Amino acid sequence: MFEEVASTEQGDLVINIGPQHPATHGVLHLVITLNGETVKKVEPHLGYIHRSIEKMCESLSYRQFIYVTSRMDYLSSHINNHGCAMLVEKALQIEIPSRAQYIRVIMDELTRLASHQLWWGAMAMDIGALTPFFLAFREREMITDIMEETCGARLTMNYMVPGGIMYDIHPDFCKKVKEFIKHFRSKIDEYDELLTGNIIFQNRMKGIGILSKEDAISYGCSGPTARASGVSCDVRKIYPYEIYDQLKFDEVLATEGDSFARYQVRLVEMHQSMNIIEQLIDNIPEGEIQAKTKAVLKLPKGEFYTRIETARGEFGIYIVSEGGTTPYRIKFRSPGFSNLSALDHIVRGHKIGDMVAIMGTLDLVIPDIDR
Amino acid sequence: MTREELQAALTELQSSLTFEEGGEWLNINAPAENFHELALKLRHTSGLYFDYLFCQTCVDWKTHLTMVYHLTSMTHRHNIVVKIKLDRNNPEVTTVCDIWRTAEFHEREVYELFGVNFLNHPDLRKLILPDDWIGYPLRKDYDDPVNMIKL
Repeated sequence: MFEEVASTEQGDLVINIGPQHPATHGVLHLVITLNGETVKKVEPHLGYIHRSIEKMCESLSYRQFIYVTSRMDYLSSHINNHGCAMLVEKALQIEIPSRAQYIRVIMDELTRLASHQLWWGAMAMDIGALTPFFLAFREREMITDIMEETCGARLTMNYMVPGGIMYDIHPDFCKKVKEFIKHFRSKIDEYDELLTGNIIFQNRMKGIGILSKEDAISYGCSGPTARASGVSCDVRKIYPYEIYDQLKFDEVLATEGDSFARYQVRLVEMHQSMNIIEQLIDNIPEGEIQAKTKAVLKLPKGEFYTRIETARGEFGIYIVSEGGTTPYRIKFRSPGFSNLSALDHIVRGHKIGDMVAIMGTLDLVIPDIDR
Repeated sequence: MTREELQAALTELQSSLTFEEGGEWLNINAPAENFHELALKLRHTSGLYFDYLFCQTCVDWKTHLTMVYHLTSMTHRHNIVVKIKLDRNNPEVTTVCDIWRTAEFHEREVYELFGVNFLNHPDLRKLILPDDWIGYPLRKDYDDPVNMIKL
């Protein structure tokens, strides 16, 4: 493989970025063909963190397989778990109590906020600004603390069970969430002041890495990446689950499709997530947190598909059941995999420095891509 | 379009299609021959306009393989599932990556994990596994005494 990679033609230079490189945010290996500093072709090589989660799930029960998905997109681990729990509930027609629904949605949005905060810091670092990384982690720490108190973990929460949630929320949960929202509303303006309005930053982002609406659809992009190109694809709006149809929030869309549009969509989404949490936090109904379910779950024979909006886009779970206690076949449609496939198309013709910036705005999480 | 309307429109498109009962979305069984023509029609026929391939995968049924295409229309917001039965010993189907470009990666993944050969694919190589990997890990009869993860 490497001999083939090292060969050059017509003065082109072939270089490897990764698998161990800070700009690829994990073990992604890119083989880049350069002409001078201009990118001619990018070829992703995957699999450095491939754990064959799909094969593993074939031997796990319907209660267990949910928690393996935390290890895929670890920044949206809660939302991944949520999607899997919803699939089991849909297949078994379990109605979940409204208290659990409210808590699930609040947790989802907190996860989305934490994920976007980390993206904001890491993306700025890709461009060469180091301060935002520390600012983002300062606020993100508050969310992870809230998560730790209620779920017992900071990153892989494993808080979902089929039929509801595992434990009730911590007594201080609502107070701390409200404190966080109040605090973060003032801090997010600081984010804007520091980065969004910065002319150097804007020059690096505007008009760079344009993804047209047609291409975004053709490449199967989803989430903020596709919405920045004007594709209306928010699963929370189009195929509402839990209580999203009763909530007031906007689907954030932009039309430019460049790096700056992707940046802005995510920043506005943070505001929307805070709006959603504020609508719910004072109105969490009292009552049960779990529906009654059997100890051993058996899905009826058939095929099931559930989709959910993670911080990165549309996460799909496809299960083929033969009626037993484990799935016959499971497929995870991860948003990062499809978003990455558009990378080669977006970066062609740009400078290599811009390629790193474009990758930052795609918000790739490698374990999510490799599975 | 509703499920019944979709079924009628698709029968008009190609009379050899059969439909499955049940399921959340309309499940269609299509023959592997001329699948590319059907895919083009699904993509471009006005009223159907399935422009978003959101999931493409394969299932090993021990006697045969089934390719599964989940399609949705971003304009009309309707979904279908297209299934193609393939011979397990010589699985071959024409690529759709010229119609939905996301299929390029998805097909490479199915190629290495299930051994399905996609005809006319521009760059059919291993994507996730090492180049010298032998066998198709997601097939049901795959057994690797060293690397197998059993839980």
